Amino acid sequence: MVADGDRPILSSHVRLRFDPTRDRHVLLGPESVIVLNPTGADILSLCDGNRTVAGVAAVLRERYDRVVDDEVAAFVARLVARRCVEIHNG
Amino acid sequence: MDRPFGLLAELTYRCPLACAYCSNPLELAAYDDEMSTAEWQRVFTEAAEMGVLQCHLSGGEPLLRRDLVDLVRTAAELGMYTNLVTSAIGLSRSRAEGLREAGLDHVQISVQADEPATSDRIAGIPSFERKLKAAAVVKDLGWPLTVNVVLHRQNIDRVAEIIALVEELDADRIELANTQYYGWAWRNRAALLPSREQLAAAEEIVRAARVRLTGRMEVVHVLPDYYSEYPKPCMGGWAARQLTVAPNGHALPCPAAQTLPLPRASVREEPLSTIWDSAPMFTAFRGTDWMRDPCRTCDRRELDFGGCRCQAFQLTGDPARTDPVCHLSPDHALVTAAVDAANGERRHEILIPRPHRS
Ligand SMILES: C[S@@+](CC[C@H](N)C(=O)[O-])C[C@H]1O[C@@H](n2cnc3c(N)ncnc32)[C@H](O)[C@@H]1O
Ligand code: SF4
Ligand code: SF4
Repeated sequence: MVADGDRPILSSHVRLRFDPTRDRHVLLGPESVIVLNPTGADILSLCDGNRTVAGVAAVLRERYDRVVDDEVAAFVARLVARRCVEIHNG
Repeated sequence: MDRPFGLLAELTYRCPLACAYCSNPLELAAYDDEMSTAEWQRVFTEAAEMGVLQCHLSGGEPLLRRDLVDLVRTAAELGMYTNLVTSAIGLSRSRAEGLREAGLDHVQISVQADEPATSDRIAGIPSFERKLKAAAVVKDLGWPLTVNVVLHRQNIDRVAEIIALVEELDADRIELANTQYYGWAWRNRAALLPSREQLAAAEEIVRAARVRLTGRMEVVHVLPDYYSEYPKPCMGGWAARQLTVAPNGHALPCPAAQTLPLPRASVREEPLSTIWDSAPMFTAFRGTDWMRDPCRTCDRRELDFGGCRCQAFQLTGDPARTDPVCHLSPDHALVTAAVDAANGERRHEILIPRPHRS
């Protein structure tokens, strides 16, 4: 599980980039390509190892007019399980 | 039509090793006319333009290409995730530094066993120690490291020791891949296919290791399809997500497809996107229209796509038949016979090495 105070960061072996062919951001690893939806891409670009999960959710709440707390934590948790994101605690 | 995500660039079939499980084609000499640096760079550019995001540099031994650093640089500049698939022979520190600087993202090293005697016997030349050294260099330069171990009857009983070795190498990922029976592995199938008991024992060990290593090392276990009820969903569907370019420029949906009785498609003659869209090699088995019974009416046809076309061809002589691995296939007895032989009293143990070429 991922807590509000956790500070997620992209793991060093994956790369986030925009793919003009598919008009989506993609997360690239050695054996995986994850095609992201716009919210997913936004979340990941905010995961810099300094911002907390709650902090990411706060930025998104300003950008989109809806509640996103659980969405951020769940999305980050899924990518942690796939070893695409690492957590810096505290 | 979907665009491919990954390109497997088989830069050369030359290799200093002689693994009897090697999936490379039997007629190695047919691929001596290798593409030039400029030709590969053009292929990478065409691939990137059509949406390819990952470039796997493999072979044979890709490090035998003296232009490897230039090829990596081109692929990286095109924004592709670059992965070097190597035996690690020839991965000196200075070579590694050059590749790192050129933008190589990831290294996958194959290891044959957990100790030098078996490893060097399977590889055909002394190579074990050099592999360990190279793995240490990879970690030292800060690369993520995958170690790939092809499992078969002659090393699967040592899977616990193999995992322990890879742990010591501090790999981020281990692929324990049971042999797929193409190329030299097909020729050596009788001596490579493990018994049911061996597999069951290995599975238990791998399962326990996966739990123990959670969060430290990702454990990928590829089970042998000969022992499963259903075939593997080959490549996520024929010509749907990946493509391969062989050393001589032949474009294929997967490396094993070079055996199929379909007209050749060459990147030396046509643009990659034309080949992907319309070459018979790519369109013949795309989707589900080509299927016959039992696949045509089966609920699983969008899940496993009728299995592997190359395996169907290899076992039955007809690439449009259901993969004989499937228990619903009318040809399933062909697989049962091989499995029975692997579990019988009298076993065949002699391996024919893939000849090394340099
Ligand atoms: C053909 S090799 C070429 C690269 C390099 N020479 C090496 O062996 O690492 C590509 C990858 O396929 C694996 N491999 C080779 N033959 C195989 C087979 N019959 N079944 C499954 N994997 C195989 C190798 O271990 C390696 O990771
Ligand atoms: S002989 Fe071994 S090292 Fe060489 S290409 Fe085949 S699998 Fe790789
Ligand atoms: S019959 Fe064909 S589609 Fe059905 S499970 Fe077997 S291989 Fe897959």
